Amino acid sequence: MKSSASNTYFLQGNEACVEAAVIAGCRFFAGYPISPANEIAERMSTLLPKVDGIFMQMEDELASINAIMGASWAGKKTMTATSGPGFSLMQETIGWAFMTETPCVIVDVQRVGPGTGQATKCAQGDVMQSRWGTHGDYSAIALSPNSVQEMFELTIRAFNLAEKYRTPVILLTDETIAHLREQVTIPPLENIRIINRKKPEAEDKAFFGLEEVAPMPAIGEGFNVAVTASTHDEYGVRFTADPSVHTRIVRNINDKIRNHADDIADVESYNIDNCQVGIVSYGCTSRAVHEAVEEAERKGIETGYVRLKTVWPFPEKAVKRLAQAAKKLIVPEMNLGQIFYEVKRAACSAEVIPINKIGGGELIAPEEILAEIERGNP
Amino acid sequence: MQNRIEIKIGGHGGQGVVLAGQILGKAAVFDGKNALQTQTYGAEARGSLARSEVIISDGKIGFPAVRKCDILLAMNQKSLDAHFKNLKENGVLIVDSSNVESIPEIKARIFRVPATEIARKEFGEILYANIVMLGALTRITNLVNKESLEKAIRDSVSERTLGANLNAYRKGLHTKFET
Amino acid sequence: MMVEAFSPRKYMRDLKFPFCPGCGLFSVSDAFLRAVHELGYKDLSKFVFCSGIGCSSWVPSPYYIGDSLHTLHGRSIPVATSVKLVRPDLNVVVFGGDGDIVGIGLGHFIHAARRNADVLVIMTNNMIYGMTGGQVAPTTPLRTKTTTTPYGSFEHPIDAARLAAAAGAAYSARWTTAHPNDLRKSIKKAIQTKGFGFIEAVSQCPTAYGRRAGFKDIGEMLKWFKESAIAVEQSKKMSEKELEKRIVVGEFVQRSRPTLVETVYAMIEEAKAGAKQN
Repeated sequence: MKSSASNTYFLQGNEACVEAAVIAGCRFFAGYPISPANEIAERMSTLLPKVDGIFMQMEDELASINAIMGASWAGKKTMTATSGPGFSLMQETIGWAFMTETPCVIVDVQRVGPGTGQATKCAQGDVMQSRWGTHGDYSAIALSPNSVQEMFELTIRAFNLAEKYRTPVILLTDETIAHLREQVTIPPLENIRIINRKKPEAEDKAFFGLEEVAPMPAIGEGFNVAVTASTHDEYGVRFTADPSVHTRIVRNINDKIRNHADDIADVESYNIDNCQVGIVSYGCTSRAVHEAVEEAERKGIETGYVRLKTVWPFPEKAVKRLAQAAKKLIVPEMNLGQIFYEVKRAACSAEVIPINKIGGGELIAPEEILAEIERGNP
Repeated sequence: MQNRIEIKIGGHGGQGVVLAGQILGKAAVFDGKNALQTQTYGAEARGSLARSEVIISDGKIGFPAVRKCDILLAMNQKSLDAHFKNLKENGVLIVDSSNVESIPEIKARIFRVPATEIARKEFGEILYANIVMLGALTRITNLVNKESLEKAIRDSVSERTLGANLNAYRKGLHTKFET
Repeated sequence: MMVEAFSPRKYMRDLKFPFCPGCGLFSVSDAFLRAVHELGYKDLSKFVFCSGIGCSSWVPSPYYIGDSLHTLHGRSIPVATSVKLVRPDLNVVVFGGDGDIVGIGLGHFIHAARRNADVLVIMTNNMIYGMTGGQVAPTTPLRTKTTTTPYGSFEHPIDAARLAAAAGAAYSARWTTAHPNDLRKSIKKAIQTKGFGFIEAVSQCPTAYGRRAGFKDIGEMLKWFKESAIAVEQSKKMSEKELEKRIVVGEFVQRSRPTLVETVYAMIEEAKAGAKQN
């Protein structure tokens, strides 16, 4: 739906994600039904064919994530969408994507776990899974939108980061943001920055690890590219005997993210240098913070916040700055403490207090955060 | 948080409470306001309780859940019983009087609209009751512009049912209601 | 016209296969490359290779001069399916072993056949997990001793070629490494058949299977293949009991039904036409 005045729509988070993906250039989607991510596949199946894109519902999440690997190497921008259980199934292949430097976007609409948990209820329990879900050494990128507008913007950004750094990017959203409907403004297409992967020159032969982000050929372009997630040399030839080859390639897939953490990490912050109390939040939980802070300030307590739009790499600098001003940091999460420990690590001497709520999907309310802000303050 | 209005719409699955919430939210956006709509998810198929919530504000909408609502639309007795305690004091309660027999003793402005009866009589289809209710809501509260709501209906329903939906809306706008 | 003489080196990188002496994979690769040669392909630029984990998955990656995706254990088929969808102009060939294709990857195998995904799967069936040291496989004959069935295997083996046919494959055939000519001819046919093609090549693993199963040398294993082979047609007259120790060889299906590429692209055209109308 379109309003007459501007390109403002009233969409669900999951729907805005699809609109953005198609604008970002996604032309291959594979997925498997799972709540609360289904609206993404459903809308993709409608939109993609109209733009010569391919939608596939695969037999399971393993097939889905592997299908987007193949399509990415065949030259397409690709995406899948799932929730915790499916995200767990995909982890081995996400490791394959890190090791082979395959750009793709994986949407995880978080729900209550572990196990089947509460399939339709909101949670934030996959924060560490999005960082450490697969085995081995790698550096992940995970983005955390907190509105339908940001579902749109961060989906575009997820594709751009995937293409720029030749890496899988996780859009770590949650049931609340994915299902709520809000207005979303889609800027004119010419104002949306789209990044595409670097392609090789005809004479290029080294596609892995010699430079920070090597050019990526597509299948069928005559490069005779060998792709393997076994330890491989710069030509993609499996070479598992030499520890130095492994060290070089694995250091590279880490360094290309770590060395650009400041480019990738993104936060929204408020009053971080002059607050007595600071709040670190992300995703659905952050929706309660604004109201709590307003109320605290009305009561005369200087309060600031850092909202993580990027969960990984963890925006350490911003949190450190907040911790330098505030005596106390509050970390509300719909889990039993995940980002909490990252904040604690960055906060040095500041006291860090978790607010945790799990099960049932009921959000942490502004009043609960306010009570913690007020505790110990006159 | 200025002028934040919270609306809860309750009924049983199949009465169109989710669609009603979506149309209302859309109309508010057409009015140039901020709007947010959520609905209950779960194993709620036809027949069980369904709920849709809308928040409309001139300012930024932070917390997306409705705690105490300003307006409650109850499409049946069960959802009225379930939600009337969440209505703010002196809030607006609009009930589909075709499906509601007893209204609890509460401090509220109460409006009875026989939406299901109207839908059955006028269109032979009770499923237009939700749109009749939106018409009544618009007339009673002026929450959104009449025209915006009509536009939102046009934008949300299929071509096949558009005529009936618009008629249902007008019926709601002009129906007599008991207070 | 003079046909250029066959040379595997034409298609292969200057690397040596890492397989044990006497491994059946030499024969499988030879049959494939000869088939490609006989079909007139001077190089592998019109091919894409997908493989998983296991010795068989090393046949194309990185040894063939062409594009190759060496994927995870069991996952080559969904990767191949999407590659073919994006590049219908290329021949997509999966190389895998029995553990890869009908063990861990069985679900994908059945669904690819059901979809009639336009890929050719060449499964080398050595009836054992060879790379990991000789554990029982879903293809291991009943009562065979392996490192995880020291008292003999107690499960019935899977019949992959028949399964492919039942699930909807366009082409399915089984041969052994003792039937190199038939194997080559079937591969040629499968490359030319639209839709899901399946070739099962029963093959010897002298290291992990032959030794333990009591075969003195490769010759004995090939003799076993030859003597126990029975043609599909003939097998139809035999009882399950009579077939227990036999290897049924030949073509199990050859048919034409709409392929995944055809149905997907037809749907795209319909969606685009519908979008224009609105």
